[in-house]
Amino acid sequence: MELELRGITKRFPGVLANDDVSLTARSGKVLALIGENGAGKSTLMNILSGIYRPDSGEIIIDGKLQHFADPGDAIKAGIGMVHQHFMLVPVFTVAENVVLGVEPTFAGNILNRKKANKEVEEISRKYGLAVDPKALIENLPVGLQQRVEIIKVLLRGAKILVFDEPTAVLTPQEVTEFFGIVEELKSRGSTIIFITHKLKEALAIADDITVLRGGKVVGNADPKTATQEELASMMVGRDIDLTVKKTKANPGEVVLDMAGVSVMDDYGRPILDSIDMQVRSGEIVGVAGIQGNGQTELVEVITGLIPLASGAIRLKGQDMAGSSPRDIHKDGVAHVPEDRNHMGMIGSFTLAENLVLDSYYEKPFSKGIRMQRQAIDEAARVLVKDYDVRPPHIENTGGALSGGNAQKMIVAREFSRDVPLVLCAQPTRGIDVGSIEYIHEQIVRKRDEGVAILVVSTELDEIFALADRILVMFDGRIVAELNTSETSPTEVGLYMAGQAA
Amino acid sequence: MNKNLTAEEKNELVNPKDRGFTQRLATATDWRTALLIPALAVLTALIIGVVIIMVTGSSFSDAMEAYKALLQGSVGSLRAISETLTAATPLILSGLSVALAFRAGLFNIGGEGQALIGGMFAVWVGFSITGLPIYVHLPLAVLAGIVGGAIYGFIPGILKAKTGAHEVITTIMLNYIALRLVDYFLKTSIFQREGRNDPVSKNVEATAELPAFLSSVDPALRVHAGLFVALAAAFFIYWLLFRTTIGFEFRAVGANPSAARYAGISVTRVYILVMMIAGALAGTAGAGQVLGVLGRATPGFTADLGFDGIAVALLGRSNPWGVVAAAILFGGLRAGGQQMQVSANVGIDLIAVIQGLIIMFVAAPALIAAIYRLKTPVASTQISKGWAS
Repeated sequence: MELELRGITKRFPGVLANDDVSLTARSGKVLALIGENGAGKSTLMNILSGIYRPDSGEIIIDGKLQHFADPGDAIKAGIGMVHQHFMLVPVFTVAENVVLGVEPTFAGNILNRKKANKEVEEISRKYGLAVDPKALIENLPVGLQQRVEIIKVLLRGAKILVFDEPTAVLTPQEVTEFFGIVEELKSRGSTIIFITHKLKEALAIADDITVLRGGKVVGNADPKTATQEELASMMVGRDIDLTVKKTKANPGEVVLDMAGVSVMDDYGRPILDSIDMQVRSGEIVGVAGIQGNGQTELVEVITGLIPLASGAIRLKGQDMAGSSPRDIHKDGVAHVPEDRNHMGMIGSFTLAENLVLDSYYEKPFSKGIRMQRQAIDEAARVLVKDYDVRPPHIENTGGALSGGNAQKMIVAREFSRDVPLVLCAQPTRGIDVGSIEYIHEQIVRKRDEGVAILVVSTELDEIFALADRILVMFDGRIVAELNTSETSPTEVGLYMAGQAA
Repeated sequence: MNKNLTAEEKNELVNPKDRGFTQRLATATDWRTALLIPALAVLTALIIGVVIIMVTGSSFSDAMEAYKALLQGSVGSLRAISETLTAATPLILSGLSVALAFRAGLFNIGGEGQALIGGMFAVWVGFSITGLPIYVHLPLAVLAGIVGGAIYGFIPGILKAKTGAHEVITTIMLNYIALRLVDYFLKTSIFQREGRNDPVSKNVEATAELPAFLSSVDPALRVHAGLFVALAAAFFIYWLLFRTTIGFEFRAVGANPSAARYAGISVTRVYILVMMIAGALAGTAGAGQVLGVLGRATPGFTADLGFDGIAVALLGRSNPWGVVAAAILFGGLRAGGQQMQVSANVGIDLIAVIQGLIIMFVAAPALIAAIYRLKTPVASTQISKGWAS
């Protein structure tokens, strides 16, 4: 089926979310829709799935004008949506989730499990989506859960599949498998719309690329000839340099020294298994690894957020084991946490409050227990300007910021302190290209000031762009230590999968 | 504000994901949800009140007559205003108790028990010490109420901090314990008035009574100095929450405990401190009743003021000044309800019904939005969440 949008415009109070958007998704092809956060991708997708009605413009499927009064109409028209955050019931089986809402039943409304299982099996065989219909969702890895979402929309007769940031939650291996599934769906005649801000993936999988910026289509690109830089520039509206400019590192004294550090989970199993590592001043050490191999705990044990089972952690030779997060912070550890919404900031607090989130008790922000509003506001105004947080209204709430600007705010708070060690966990996860470029520059600048920096990232590109030295984590252990100039993403990828060693 | 927000971000702005529903409800800062919804909730409840009066066989003019009496009895005379403020005084304090806990993400249902214990401490200091001048004895008695409430708030606080026991469960149970402890102690020789067999305490000394400061104008004006204590408490809680590092920590823990932990705030310390201050506030409410209104303690002398504090905090959106306004509204309903019962022959139970309706509408803002066709953020969330099939 061919989908065409003509002149779609959608206005919200004070915001023109979609401005005369026209695009075509060809039958049996992959259209990548790229754009930064706030470019209008989500609004367009909600229009396509019948949640919003456009103020003007037409949706045409195979030459026929469509009117979606509600999401049901969009589903009937053959549009299926696979969301970034899955909508599955964890305690139900695969088949139960797939048929939820369209259950085959016996007389008397009793679920026909056998038929449900069969329906799921048929679809998974037809499209090569191997998954056990009887497995419980909560026991499945994320990649398989995504397949269940795909089967769900296929069972409802979707011919046009819309994927919203489908690779955001997948491991590199799962991404490869996902691309295989997309190829299979294509060969079966499905039309795919792939919403992403990962340019490399758009180039790898798409047949056509449409770029959105500020609610408008700013251009189309041919993935065969376009480069990442060109796409990034189109998205941002200015030239973007994706390579991080940095000189050779000049490592100095050891700042962070970990010896035999282990951390146990609630059941006494090791999550970190005798970690030995050092970070020196003036160098960036990158920790690569697939999500869930102990990187989160590595950062949390250094910052005192989780208890150490055994081993020693020294900051400039001083033992930090058993210190409180507050003391470790005071001793000079800055921390950009991996989950900015749940840890890095408080959505309902103002920018000014968020910018003193971990230093509100220090002078000049408070005297005794009295907070000094003026000093806080002054410092906040300087920080939002220096770190280009937009919009720079310090009385706005943190939750009102886009992902990239929220991250810049957190970076501003942590990088503005004069400290020997900076920990950056997933510093650019889910944020726009412009902010990524900016934050990478700041990390390198901090290194050049002689700060020891530990960067944890699941994005290999980021590790290679930033790190002077790479540590690879697998299953709670450091399985490799490599010099960035002497290794390759392929080699690191093998260590990440636990295959080399 | 700013024009570069996408719809999604706007949605996120009004529905911050890191706060629970109760939190959002209790601490909304958007003016529309803060003022318009409560005002419409009161209006709607009063309209339904008319319907209820008419269903029970009275005419529309009877209902209007009843509301006239309600207005008369709450603000119609100096005496009515005095009664309104007398009823509002403990509600301000117990409302602040619940509101403060809400701000820190805790649901203090234990105001009742804390008020009982605080009242018992106050009444004991009030009758057992004699010969002190009022400016020593009265503050001492009030302080005893504060301490008693704080101790009783400390228990659920430390249980939550050290064992993770949910404060809703522990405070409910502690309410029962307090209620029965009061019954027990009122029968012991320490408390029981000589020559009495029923559980009633000795009378507090005149030097420990909160003076009825308008009694020289008219001896029937019961409003007492506890009102100033309550208003001072509202000012103090406002200052504490929004001007101090302690309040910053409370609000951080309430809005996002993991971010608070990340920021080096001791969440367990905050839980204990918040529950102690919340207990102290409720304890002061109990002290105010025994020292300002009753002059002694009897079983269940708090008369549900701890539970009404929950309603007051909800209606006041956990803002200290909102709590004061809500407490005065509820005080007025109560005072006016007496008048209504006497002169319009409409039972005071109707007041409880109206109060219940107000809270129900405040707790279900989408309902009010639908009735008055408001375009509120609440309604739009429903739509975007509705299409999961």
